Amino acid sequence: MSFIIKKGGKRMTKKGLALILILTLVFTSLVGCGGQQQEQAKVENEKVLKWNLGSEPKTLDPQLNSAQDGGHVINNVFEGLMRDANGKYEPAIAESYDISEDETTYTFHLRDAKWSDGKPITAYDFEYAWKRALDPNLIPEPSEYAFQLFYIKGAQEAYEGTGSLDDVAINVIDEKTIQVTLTAPTQYFLELTAFYTYMPVRKDMVEKDPQKWATNPETAVSNGPFMLAEYNLGDKVILKKNPNYWNVDKVKLDKIEAYMIVDQSTSLSAYEAGDVEVIDEMPVQEIPRIQKEDPTFKIFPQVGTYYYIFNVTKAPMDDVRVRKALTLAINRKQIVEKVTLAGEIPATGFVPPALYDANGKEFREVAGDYGVDVTKAQVEEAKALLAEAGYPNGEGFPELDLVYNTNEKHKLVGEAIQAMWQDNLGIKINLTNQEWAVFQDTRHSGNFTVARAGWLGDYADPMTMLDLWLSYSGNNDCHWNNPEFDAAIEKAKTITGEERFKLLYDAEKMMIDNQIVMPIYYYTQPVMVKEYVKDWNKTPLGHWFFGYADIEKQ
Amino acid sequence: MGRFIAKRFISMLVTLLFVVTITFFLMHAAPGGPFSREKALPAPILKVIEERFNLDKPVYQQYLIYLKDVAKGDLGPSFQRVGWTVNEIIEKTFPVSAKVGGVSVLLVLILGIPIGIVSALKQNKWQDQLAMFFATLGVTIPSFVIGTLIVHIFSTNLRILPSNGLSTWKHYIGPVIALAGFSLSFVARLTRSSMLEVMQQDYIRTARAKGLSEFTVLTKHALKNALIPVISYVGPLVAAILTGSFVVERIFAISGMGKYFVESVGNRDYTVIMGVTVFYAIFLVVMVFVVDILYGLIDPRIKLDR
Repeated sequence: MSFIIKKGGKRMTKKGLALILILTLVFTSLVGCGGQQQEQAKVENEKVLKWNLGSEPKTLDPQLNSAQDGGHVINNVFEGLMRDANGKYEPAIAESYDISEDETTYTFHLRDAKWSDGKPITAYDFEYAWKRALDPNLIPEPSEYAFQLFYIKGAQEAYEGTGSLDDVAINVIDEKTIQVTLTAPTQYFLELTAFYTYMPVRKDMVEKDPQKWATNPETAVSNGPFMLAEYNLGDKVILKKNPNYWNVDKVKLDKIEAYMIVDQSTSLSAYEAGDVEVIDEMPVQEIPRIQKEDPTFKIFPQVGTYYYIFNVTKAPMDDVRVRKALTLAINRKQIVEKVTLAGEIPATGFVPPALYDANGKEFREVAGDYGVDVTKAQVEEAKALLAEAGYPNGEGFPELDLVYNTNEKHKLVGEAIQAMWQDNLGIKINLTNQEWAVFQDTRHSGNFTVARAGWLGDYADPMTMLDLWLSYSGNNDCHWNNPEFDAAIEKAKTITGEERFKLLYDAEKMMIDNQIVMPIYYYTQPVMVKEYVKDWNKTPLGHWFFGYADIEKQ
Repeated sequence: MGRFIAKRFISMLVTLLFVVTITFFLMHAAPGGPFSREKALPAPILKVIEERFNLDKPVYQQYLIYLKDVAKGDLGPSFQRVGWTVNEIIEKTFPVSAKVGGVSVLLVLILGIPIGIVSALKQNKWQDQLAMFFATLGVTIPSFVIGTLIVHIFSTNLRILPSNGLSTWKHYIGPVIALAGFSLSFVARLTRSSMLEVMQQDYIRTARAKGLSEFTVLTKHALKNALIPVISYVGPLVAAILTGSFVVERIFAISGMGKYFVESVGNRDYTVIMGVTVFYAIFLVVMVFVVDILYGLIDPRIKLDR
């Protein structure tokens, strides 16, 4: 049929049709335009904290979470046997605990605490949660942080499919008592029970909707100072005070609005405009200005190290003298003061500050700086080493690729180091950036000579950094294999006290003597919190806790 | 007409199949996968996950499985947002993008076309020059610059606009300007040049000679023809703007679907990459189809089926 319509009555139809289509075009564009605004009636004197979470958490399920953003929310919504607050670990859902003489059996006595829906918290809730983390067939996904429970007898076997969940040494003695047996004494096991993977969850709620229970306020029954009130995908999470929290008298905030503002400039703008009151990411180039103008800007230490890894199986990095020369030839102070700007601490070792040994001394201080001067590049020594390795004045040194994951900060650091190596050693390095997923592949497969890396601690013990370099560790991207190092770490995992730390000190010395990595700086946590927000807490492991926070506006 | 629609429907399906196929294989050709992690997952666990999501099968089999699911309207589970399906993600985020996008498209139409007409009628007078000055600026300054400037000046410094989210009408001002800026300017320029061309046609002279009022000449004879290029631009624009912009949504912290176009690729969140691509592709081919029908209605000389 031809589309040319005959004259007469049909003309109207044609016009009408045109009108309808144009209206469709306009209407499609209007879809949803009239969304009603939810102006919630503000309760007088309600204390609401507006906090920028920074990104959208992948999940709010304690066992499934493996990221900082989700961890922040979970840390305020759930509570484990212990609680990490004010830099100390205090009993939380556990009222007390007994440790057996051989330090492998822990018995926790639970206090009379309730879930947010009023039901009592029992030892079974913990058993369920822990076995859930170890279940290799968990719906929707197996836990990625199950390794945090591998200290428990039978845990690793169950997770990796060589054992059964029934054989994991978690025993419920009665409703209020739970006992676990560890494979070996673990000095930081109490601290681990404060970590999100160890937080209890409610079986009946999880089973109602295994996929989404944690983001649905109806099923997200929790036991921490706050409970989930609303979850808006990609927008914000709203938490409200949990009236059934055992320590509710200490909770002063009524509500927390956690936003997911990804862009750092927008986040800073929102903070400066007063739309959010807590942020922990700001654009690097703004830091010098903020530091001068805004007294609420503060820098905290963080358990984490920024470093470059050498692929020790690949020439010329298979020569320790080359690795040492490269490590000595950079000026770390200049990098943190001129490039990264967030008060980072120049690094010469691998274990970051704020971790302590059996005598209460800071690990970093005892281990020392391994003779590396952070205030300048040790050019002479570096040159001598390089010459010894067969490259006098950098002659004959192959052109190398330095691989980093695409990010402005990594690029700036890379350029600074490229220039330092060029000027001080006369060697030429090319910078190559790769998208995150590709970068992971490159590092795991060893298809590089020098690559950027960073590691944040998962628990407050040097082991969280050092066991990366076990020859069989999935994270040993240096592809370094040292039986002596392996033996030291393995031994340290079975003993406690001073002797254990001696092994850890030895282990760090071994990896630094071999210079498998080039430490650059220890991470810090820059934060901005409005001065009227009091008693908030950010732990060295990076977790926010607002359970005892207050807002005191004049 | 019926034959035309049937023909177009088939060609739309073919287009979609092409889009799905090319995206699917390109995506799988990229190194890394949705479960590549810095802390590498143990092999037995990776195996469980891959089996669950069919990632252990050969790519062509995964492709066939995907085609079957997508034909049923099932876009699969997201790997990055645990527990959410891609359908749910689109359901939640598309309306947000569409709100901002809808206002932007309206602004483009309501302002862009009249500005173009006025410019054409006042060719080379000050009105024209002023309008075209801004239109040139609008076309050349990218949205992220406009957006950042708005946040910096109006939110941070002057504090008259809110900085993030969409809770009041004021929140819309910034993102709508940033989003509409380019298209508004482009439509104004397009309307102007096409108007100028049409006004010189013989039939306009004839219409005037017949003694029609200038208003009738403009609206009934000139504008109708002048709008054809504008409509062919606005059609795909509606699809593009309504599905959200990564940059604008990021700057104004809007929880729309724009970010999934970019983030999902970085995360190798296969199902989300496919889902948003298919959604956008369907939207786009439908809009192109609507435009084609509009052509025929506005200008009978354009025959739809031959």
